This record gives sequence, structure tokens and C-alpha cells, in this order.
Amino acid sequence: MTEYRMLREAFGEALLELGDEFQNLVVLDADISSSLKTDAFAKKFPDRHINFGVAEQNMLMGAAGLATTGLIPLACTYATFASMRACEQIRSMICYPKLNVKVIVTHGGIEVGWDGPTHQATEDIAMMRSIPNMTVVVPADAHSVPILLRQAIEMDGPVYFRMGRNPVPVIYPALVKLTLGRASILRKGEGILLVVAGSMVATALQAADRLDSIGIHASVLDMHTIKPLDGGTLTNLAENADLVVTLEDHNIIGGLGGAVAEYLSEHLPRKMKRIGVQDIFTESGVPDQLFAKYHLDADAVSETIINILPGK
Amino acid sequence: MDFPENLIQDLRITANKIRQESIRMVCTAGSGHPGGSLSEADILAALYFYALRIDPKDPQWSDRDRLLISKGHACPGWYAALALRGYFPMEELSTFRQINSRLQGHPDMKKTPGVEMTAGPLGNGLAGGAGIALGARIQKKDFHTFVLIGEGDFQEGCTWESIMFSGFQKLSNLTCIFDYNDSQVDGPAHEILDVNPIKEKWLAFNWDFREIDGHDMVQILEALVWAKESNEKPSVIFARTTKGKGVSFMENQAAWHGKAPNNEQAERALKELQAELM
Repeated sequence: MTEYRMLREAFGEALLELGDEFQNLVVLDADISSSLKTDAFAKKFPDRHINFGVAEQNMLMGAAGLATTGLIPLACTYATFASMRACEQIRSMICYPKLNVKVIVTHGGIEVGWDGPTHQATEDIAMMRSIPNMTVVVPADAHSVPILLRQAIEMDGPVYFRMGRNPVPVIYPALVKLTLGRASILRKGEGILLVVAGSMVATALQAADRLDSIGIHASVLDMHTIKPLDGGTLTNLAENADLVVTLEDHNIIGGLGGAVAEYLSEHLPRKMKRIGVQDIFTESGVPDQLFAKYHLDADAVSETIINILPGK
Repeated sequence: MDFPENLIQDLRITANKIRQESIRMVCTAGSGHPGGSLSEADILAALYFYALRIDPKDPQWSDRDRLLISKGHACPGWYAALALRGYFPMEELSTFRQINSRLQGHPDMKKTPGVEMTAGPLGNGLAGGAGIALGARIQKKDFHTFVLIGEGDFQEGCTWESIMFSGFQKLSNLTCIFDYNDSQVDGPAHEILDVNPIKEKWLAFNWDFREIDGHDMVQILEALVWAKESNEKPSVIFARTTKGKGVSFMENQAAWHGKAPNNEQAERALKELQAELM
């Protein structure tokens, strides 16, 4: 039986331990600590939790200031608000001087569902990825979160750490060995390479199962660090592939698909298909129904791949 | 409060030097922002040569007082003050805005010793200063953080978020200095987007407020001492200043916000400033 867990829940739990270990860790919220699951940290470390209210630009600048005093601020809010409302603060005031601020976001992608397009971040990875000095991490499941979060805190410099809202299948064992900047090979097949990130990793594995059942064996690569992109692992796997497919809960422009296309077109051109949000705003709805309607569930993904298989 | 006459005189001379160097830098670079640099010069002299607990030989000393200039375009004045205070050689001022220089067109905290926070996009400095003040409180450090802002900053939304936040958080280790020269790129600020009334706004957001003539050295010093002693609320020093102060043809002329004087104009400006010292 597949276990489903919310990444933000794993984040909140990890913070309790990391707060003990890193005495200079401070957590910043913008009125949604109950949603980001930072409330337990606030209770355990009240002196190291600051609620800025609904004022994201001020929170990110507060983070910049705190970082200059030697603290490690984790500025937490939804992906749309951090990446867009506070984009200038992140770009010019945090990334330009390479301040040690971790931007922690949830509600990335259309998986937000019910809240609709204003709250569905589908451009944030593209925006954050194009800023120099920024590291962009998109963990796949609840077990990836504490592992990658720790490394994000240990490294010096700004990080954009993007999670979703909803429970997704747990695909990794607890305490899995993952390394920031090194893609994780989940399945080795032949002919087709599926590169995926975030909550869509579970979908990619399901799609790969469907393809397996009709004799198509795809490799699946979890590109949890979108920047810096692990070009080495990508080219190693792409070498044996006639088709490289990217899958993400994000606009197909500029996100994971964009990053992989940029890299491969320069280093190892391959036929590609970018599966994701097709440069549109979607709508409110039950996430599973949205994924089906916008061709992002496992059935739609496997069908898309079958339809563009080389030689077909 | 009594300040020795020679201190006041020295600070006036220093302010004058900041003005002269600002004119030279902008003229040499052929671009930059003289107006705001001239309006802030007296305040910078008082901060760097009297009020701030700093060590130019150890710019990253963790217990130092901080000064952030949010109106980053006015960095010729900032760089001049830092060089005069010994953060880097005076000769470096002539590299302002040139390739390979540590003195960027807008301040870069990682390049220039003494620059506490990168600045340029208006409206961010006070919020950054509040973060620093908060960091001091969390780490039980007793340094004071000053942030210099202008009307442009005061028109930006993030400034208001930070004014609300700092008042609520009672950041008494934070002082905002409002260099109110009432002049911005397109003209007089009161014609573009009037920021008045000012005192009522700060009081409503739970700040201690004090108004001064931003070119009266005694008033500046008294206000800085008052600000450091404020222990319940953040404090604001509302300094009425003159854009382009000290150069007759630049005073209150919005056109000199971001325009470099040519050689002849710079010479005239320097002559006027030097005459002041006679």
C-alpha cells in the first residue's frame, strides 16, 4: 500500500531537529505558519521565530538583514508570493550579494487545486532559476525533504526550496542518500528517459509502470536540484535514449523542461518532449481532476509518450 | 546638550569634503547622482565621525553600529564618507562607476568595505535595517542600526511594511533618518506624490519622532544621541534638507538628481564649496 504524505509536514518535523542542531537558524513566516507547518518550530523556539504578517517583501528584506548578522533565515510562504511579490528583494537584495537566505515555499504548481490560478505557481522555477547565485531545489517526497533541507541549510548562499501542498506518494526510503546537485536515478530503462522533479516524480514512476506493461522501459531521473543542473548524470542517461521527456507541475517554459532542453541542445541534442502546464492559466478544482484535464496524470503522460515514440 | 565647538567645526569641514568628493566623482564618472549626495553630507559626517561605533580597519566587526543608505543612488556621498573615514584609499574614489571598480553605480555590500547592505531599488533599506536590528535583538547584541531614506523610499510600499513591523516589534535599536529634500527625478516631491503629513504618519505607526534641520550640525548630533538613547520604540529623525546643498546652481533643482556636471560646472561647484571653508 503506497504511503501518502505532505512535504510541508515533513518540513515542519525536520525543522524541530534542525533547530536544535543549528542554533543560528531562524524561521520567518508571513501569516501562514499553520499552512507551512512551521508552528511547531515557533512553539519550540519562540525566540527564533518571527511572524512578519502579510508582508512578503518586508519578510524577505528582514531575512536579508538577519543573514548579515550571521543568522540563517528560512523565509517561508507560498511559491507565488515569494517568487513574484518579493522577486526584486530575492533577486537584487539577496542573490546579488549572495546572502545566506533560504526561501522555503509550498503550494508550487497547479496541484494547489481549489485555490485557482492566483495561488498556483507555474512560473516560479523559471524565475528563480534565472537569477545568478540561486540554487533551486524541488524535493520529490516527504523523505527527500529533511535530507535536502539539511544540505540547503549547510551550504552558504541563497536557496529556493519548493514544495507542494498535497500529500503525494512516498517513493524514497527514510534517510535516503540524496545529494544536492546530483540527480537521483530511480529507474534505468532504454530508449526513453523521463526527467522529472517534485510531486510529479511519483506520477512519472506510475507512467513508467504503464509503459513497462506494454514493453517500453523508460529510465526515470529525479532532478531534485534544478539549479545547478546535474548535466553529467543527465547526459549519461540521455546517451542511451532516443527520446527525452521532462515532466513538471510548472509551465513548460523555463522550468525543468527548459533547463534540460538548454543543456541537452548544447551538449547532446535529443528529441524532446516537455510535459507540464502548456503555457496557460488553469482553474480551480480537485487536483486529480485538474491533472487529468490538463494531461498531467499518469495515464495522460504515458499516452503522450506512446504517441510520440520514435518510429511511430 | 553641549558639543565642543571644534568638533562641530571639524564635522562641518568633513561634510564639505564629502560634498567636494561627490562632485569630483560624479564629474569624473560622467554620470551619477549629485543632488542627494549633497543633501545627506552633513548627516553622514555626523554619523561616521561622531555617532557610529565602528572600526574602519575591521569593517565586519560583529558589534559595530550599522548604517544603511536605502537611497542607494546617493552613494557618491556614502563612498566619500567611507574613504574619508579610512575604509579604503581616497584615490579609489576616482574609479566610481568604472569597470573593475569596487565602487558600483549603486552600492554593492560585497564589493565595498563599509557598505552594510546593497542598495538601489528604493524602499528596501529600512526593511533590511529592521532585519539587522532584529538579528541584534535575537543574539543579544547592543549595536545600533541606522537607515537613511529619502522621499523615493517613503513612496515605496515595502518601506511601509517595515515601518509597521518595526513599530510593532518595538525595535528601539533601529533609527530611520529621513533625508527630506523634497525633490525627486521628475520634480518637487510634493508635486509628484506628496508624502506629507509626515510626523503624524510615524507617530501612528508607533515610532519616536524628532524633526531637525538636516544641515544644522548641532541639531544632527543632538538627534543622533537622542536616537541611540531611545529605548522603547524605533526612532525616526526627520531631517529637512536641501537637494544639491552647498552648490548654488544645484540647490533645489530636480534636474541635478541624476546628472553629472561637466568640467566647467564641477569647477564652479568646487570653488563655491571651497569658499565656504575660507
